[in-house]
Order: sequence, then structure tokens, then C-alpha cells
Amino acid sequence: MAITKETVEYVAHLARIELQPKELDKLSEQLKQILGFIDTLKKIEAAKIPPILNLSQDTNVKRGDTPRNSLLTDKALENSPSKEGKFFVVPKIIE
Amino acid sequence: MDLNTLTAQDLLKKLDSKEISAQDILRSLEKSIKAQDTKFKAYVRTQDFHLPQQSIDYSKTTLKGIPVAIKDNICTEGFNTECCSKILEGFHPPYDATVVRKLKDAGAFIFPYKTNMDEFAFGSSTENSCFGPTRNPHNPECVPGGSSGGSAAAVASHQAIWALGSDTGGSIRQPAAFCGVVGLKPTYGLVSRYGLIAFASSLDQIGPITKDVSDCALLLSIIAGRDELDSTSVGSKGCDYSAYLEKDIKGMRIGIPREYFVEGIGPEVKKAVLDAIKVLEKLGAKCREVSLPHTEYAVPVYYIIATAEASSNLARFDGVHYCYVQKNPRLGVRPGGKTQDPAGNIRIITRLLRRLLFKGNAGQESHLSGFYQCL
Repeated sequence: MAITKETVEYVAHLARIELQPKELDKLSEQLKQILGFIDTLKKIEAAKIPPILNLSQDTNVKRGDTPRNSLLTDKALENSPSKEGKFFVVPKIIE
Repeated sequence: MDLNTLTAQDLLKKLDSKEISAQDILRSLEKSIKAQDTKFKAYVRTQDFHLPQQSIDYSKTTLKGIPVAIKDNICTEGFNTECCSKILEGFHPPYDATVVRKLKDAGAFIFPYKTNMDEFAFGSSTENSCFGPTRNPHNPECVPGGSSGGSAAAVASHQAIWALGSDTGGSIRQPAAFCGVVGLKPTYGLVSRYGLIAFASSLDQIGPITKDVSDCALLLSIIAGRDELDSTSVGSKGCDYSAYLEKDIKGMRIGIPREYFVEGIGPEVKKAVLDAIKVLEKLGAKCREVSLPHTEYAVPVYYIIATAEASSNLARFDGVHYCYVQKNPRLGVRPGGKTQDPAGNIRIITRLLRRLLFKGNAGQESHLSGFYQCL
């Protein structure tokens, strides 16, 4: 699969990033290189290699059901540029 | 002898015998930072904070007030933690990372200014910081490596006794090598990542950068261990790694992976490694060539995992969860709309995009669909 300028433009739009034409060329080129690099993985015959899913054998790590201190509202709101009472104020994202 | 040039182990002896105080160490570091800050830029925001003039009582603690420098992506309560990015400008975490809490509990003094890094740890040169690049203390014309370049340079230039960095794909080991200091990426799961601003969650680890191996063992002993706030951390109790340093290496077998001596290896690097092997053999270790046949695939696999996970982890900097919406709407999500880049810092944009593209592409195009299933 080739990376075209249109692909880069489309994904840039999805990511809400505005690109100058020069950056578009540069990125298309870089992405082509990275994809070529990843192509080396096609050489591996993975079917013959047993999978390692996780080195630690832990499954479903849970915490004990014991009360402990958590962040207080005022403290959690400290970094908020805009707040109302005990709530964060954020821009409306669903029209 | 200037105290800032000593190791933590040496300083502990002097503190134990009351020859010096924790304040003496701090003053010595302050002097060193003042003299070298503009030249190397190992730290950020050195103008914004002051070191305390009076010490609290550390006498009953393990580390007795020895200062430690922390990378800008590890949360320190009340002090800037910005990943050297304008996206996180002015962020003061309301809590400490587990490693920072453990260090405080052990009696370490946490440096108020953080060490420089590549923005969000994307990079291997510490040139991609919104505060400007760090320089290599051995030669300011060279890069210190990265992304923990600030931590490595601070330790190498004696502006820190020791430091913490983070490593996803070499970000502790490579700058430590470039700056001639000791750097260790602990085995995944050994050190809690609670409070580390995530890059690629199945690879990230916090680790020590120190002047020698005995300091590395001491620092690792303090930060390692299971933490209920990080479900990927393992092991129930701590381990005193310093105790292992006393043992003889006679008869120990050391594997030397054939694939690590590839074409393109720097001749100086190769010589240094071969010399080190000779030293180990002289001390009685048995070095044998082994083969790790999948080595050549490590970097392509890293690229897929790191980019996809970074894309997920950085989704929180969308102007809703994190980052200053009104001041800096760069990544704000507005359907159909595009964001501006008021900071003019294109580096993060290109890096982010490369990563975002991966996720976008992996989902849509047949080329990467096989790999996407693994993620």
C-alpha cells in the first residue's frame, strides 16, 4: 500500500491538524519510509513461533475492597482553567 | 572536594558521620547549576523555583536528604510537570508519582525543577523540547541523547547526584551511554508507573540514572516493588540490589548475542563492548556467544506498538481532559473544524501525526490490518 498525499490529508483532518503543503510532502515521504521498514516483518513465519502474550502471569489484578483516601474535589479542580462549583467547564463537543 | 561530584553512597557516609549536612549538598549543587545551566540546559524552569534554605530533619531516614532530579514527565505534587511541551504548560500535578512518594518516604529531597526531555518523550536527542535543547556535557556540540537527556546530562555534569528517567525504546539507556553515566531500564513491571505521563504503556518503565553501579542499585532498591496503583507492577516486597554487588562473578555465564554486533556498529562502541567482555572474563565470568534471532524485528515491532499506544495515550490531550483549552486550542476537538498551532512548535505536530496516522491507517487500510489485530 502506498501512502498518498490524499491519505495524509485525510488523516490530518481526522486528527484536527492543519498542515502546510511543505509538511505534507515531508510527512508523506517519512511515512512511506516507515511502512517500508515495517515490511521486513513479513519475512517472519509467525505460525511456527509460540506466542508470548504477557511475561507476567497475572490475570484480573484487583485491589482489596478497603477504603482509602482519594483526591479531594478542590485539589482535583486546581488545574482547571474554567470551573463551575464542583465541576470542570469544557467546550461543547457534541452539536 | 566539591560535594556535587560525589556519589550518593559516598555522601551517605559523610552524612552518617555528621561531617556534612544535607544543606551542604544542596548548596554545592546550586552552585554547579548556576555555573552550567545556560551552557547545557539539563534542567527546565530553574528561574521559577528556589531551593530551600533550611533543611528538615532527615536523620532517621535512609537517604538523609540527598537530592534527586526527576524527569519532566514524572508527576511531582505542586511542581511543574509538563513533558517539556506547551500542551501541558503550567500543569501542577495534584499528586506524586509512586516513585516520587517512595523517594520522599526514604528521605530524598525532590528537586523542584525538572530535567529536560524530548516533548512527551518522543525523540532520542533532547533537541525536541519546548524549553530548548540540552547539550552533552562532554562536548556541547554533541547531543546528550534522549529522551531522558536532561537527567543524563545533569548527572554527568554534576548538577545532580542522581536522577530518574523513563525508557520506552531506549530513553534511559541511550542518553546514559552518550553522557558516560550509568542508566538502567528495569524489567517491565518492576517499577510502578503510577504518575508517569504515559507514552506506550506496554513498554514504559521508570529507571535510575547514576554516576556508578552501586548508586544505581541503591536507587533501584528504593523505587522497585509492587504498587496497587499500577496493576502491571509485580513482586510483593522490595529487594536490596546493593547486597548483590558484593558477590563474586567467578563462574557466572554471560551470553553475548551475536546479532548485537551488526554491520554499521560504531567501531568505538564495538571496541568498548569487547573490552568490557575481556574485563568480565578476567574476573572469572564465562562469556559465550548466543543467538537472539528476532533481534532485527525488534525495531519495526517497536514502531507499531509505540505509535499505536502513543496515539491512544495522547488522546487525553484533546482540550477537554487535559491541555489549556482557551489559551491553547491546538488539539481541541471540534467536529469539522481544524485547530491552530499558536505555539508554532511543529515538531510535536509532525511526531504526533506520524503516530496518529498509524492508528488511523492501521484501522482502515489492508496493509497494516494484520498487525492491527495484534494491538
